[in-house]
Amino acid sequence: MSRALGWLVVVGLVAGLVMGFGVAPREAAQGNVQRIMYLHVPSVLVAYLAFGVVLVASIAYLTTRREAADRIGHASAEVGVLFTGITIASGAIWGKPTWGTWWTWDARLTSVAVLFVMYLGYLLVRGMVDDRERAARYSAVVGIVAALDVPLVHFSVYWWRTLHQPPTMLKPGPSTMPGLFAATLMVNLAAFALVYVYLVTKRVRLLRREEEALA
Amino acid sequence: MYARRAWIVLWKDVLVERRSKEALNALFFFALLLLFIFQFTLGGDRERLAGALPGLLWLGFVLSGLVGLGRAFLTERDHDCWEGLLLSPGDKSAIYLGKLAGNLLLMLLVEAIMLVLFGVFFNIDLGRRLPALAGVVVLGTVGFAAVGTLFAAMTAQVRARELLFPVLLLPVLVPVLLGAVKATEAVLAGESLSGVMHWLKLLAAADIVYVAVGVLTFDAILEG
Repeated sequence: MSRALGWLVVVGLVAGLVMGFGVAPREAAQGNVQRIMYLHVPSVLVAYLAFGVVLVASIAYLTTRREAADRIGHASAEVGVLFTGITIASGAIWGKPTWGTWWTWDARLTSVAVLFVMYLGYLLVRGMVDDRERAARYSAVVGIVAALDVPLVHFSVYWWRTLHQPPTMLKPGPSTMPGLFAATLMVNLAAFALVYVYLVTKRVRLLRREEEALA
Repeated sequence: MYARRAWIVLWKDVLVERRSKEALNALFFFALLLLFIFQFTLGGDRERLAGALPGLLWLGFVLSGLVGLGRAFLTERDHDCWEGLLLSPGDKSAIYLGKLAGNLLLMLLVEAIMLVLFGVFFNIDLGRRLPALAGVVVLGTVGFAAVGTLFAAMTAQVRARELLFPVLLLPVLVPVLLGAVKATEAVLAGESLSGVMHWLKLLAAADIVYVAVGVLTFDAILEG
């Protein structure tokens, strides 16, 4: 099952690369740099998905106290932080040629950065609390606080300042993106979502093995 | 009964503080030192300091809050009263609300002292702006204290408490800080609060969310 999923991930990523570099046309204004979008946008969407899963898993753990929920939350947070890191790094590489700067305190850059440090804190709690059951409870609380903080962060930094191009995907009304770009993005998004599922299942299994070995 | 249990926790904290004056004395001194530090690191240029004043003010509140809140549950831990809290009957969130009220009182007191010190040292005329400023400070502080109390209870039992507490708390507080600083800016510039109403609403929403999360999850933290 896991092996089949792994191969599916390989197929998805190869398809995403082919679409991104071969099929999708060169963007007129930005040139080839724009192809970073096929990495950048799926990463951030998958990161949001991962943190949503952390919220659900945290609530599930606090209500049922089942260790499976805790492991899913833990694994999902790790993968989410990874994808947030990819988002920030790819965004910086994209920002340098198009905006002329690696980093700017624009609204959405800031909110992703805040998200990144919040969930690093979540992982830090896991690392610093020795007792397994206590670590699970504490990090579940942090997972809930962090997730509920996301909308507040979003609005506050949006009012604070904004420079980023308006969102192309998650907005009301019909998409303004030409078909081939959107299709490439969708293929990559699907591939990244598969990567997420694959990494989380692997990590959950690893966490279970670790506990069995230590028990 | 619920309110009474919260009240008892608050009364206990206030009594301990009134007799020892431990936190208040130290925090007063700390606030004074912060003002010195700001002055030394930013230079004596009054004009420049005036522009950065709202940020400095909240920086002062945050730093003293980190010191003050971080030790909120240390008495319970050091004197083995944690079990006592655990054994208390009924809903544990009453303990959270009592602790929150105590922390809020302490922080507001320290912030009032700091405001006076700021007024003196940076020569700002607070007079007419005081009611609006007080409203903004209270709105910001409630959110700050709500998460702070929750995380202080959590980190009290962790070995790297001094490190983990600020590292967890500061990112979560970003919206509260942005809102509070922007609203304070408007108040100090003599503008009316209607211009920053969206920030005040955000602060109020943050307060409600944080207090609600604290009430709902405190039970899981108190278990030890």
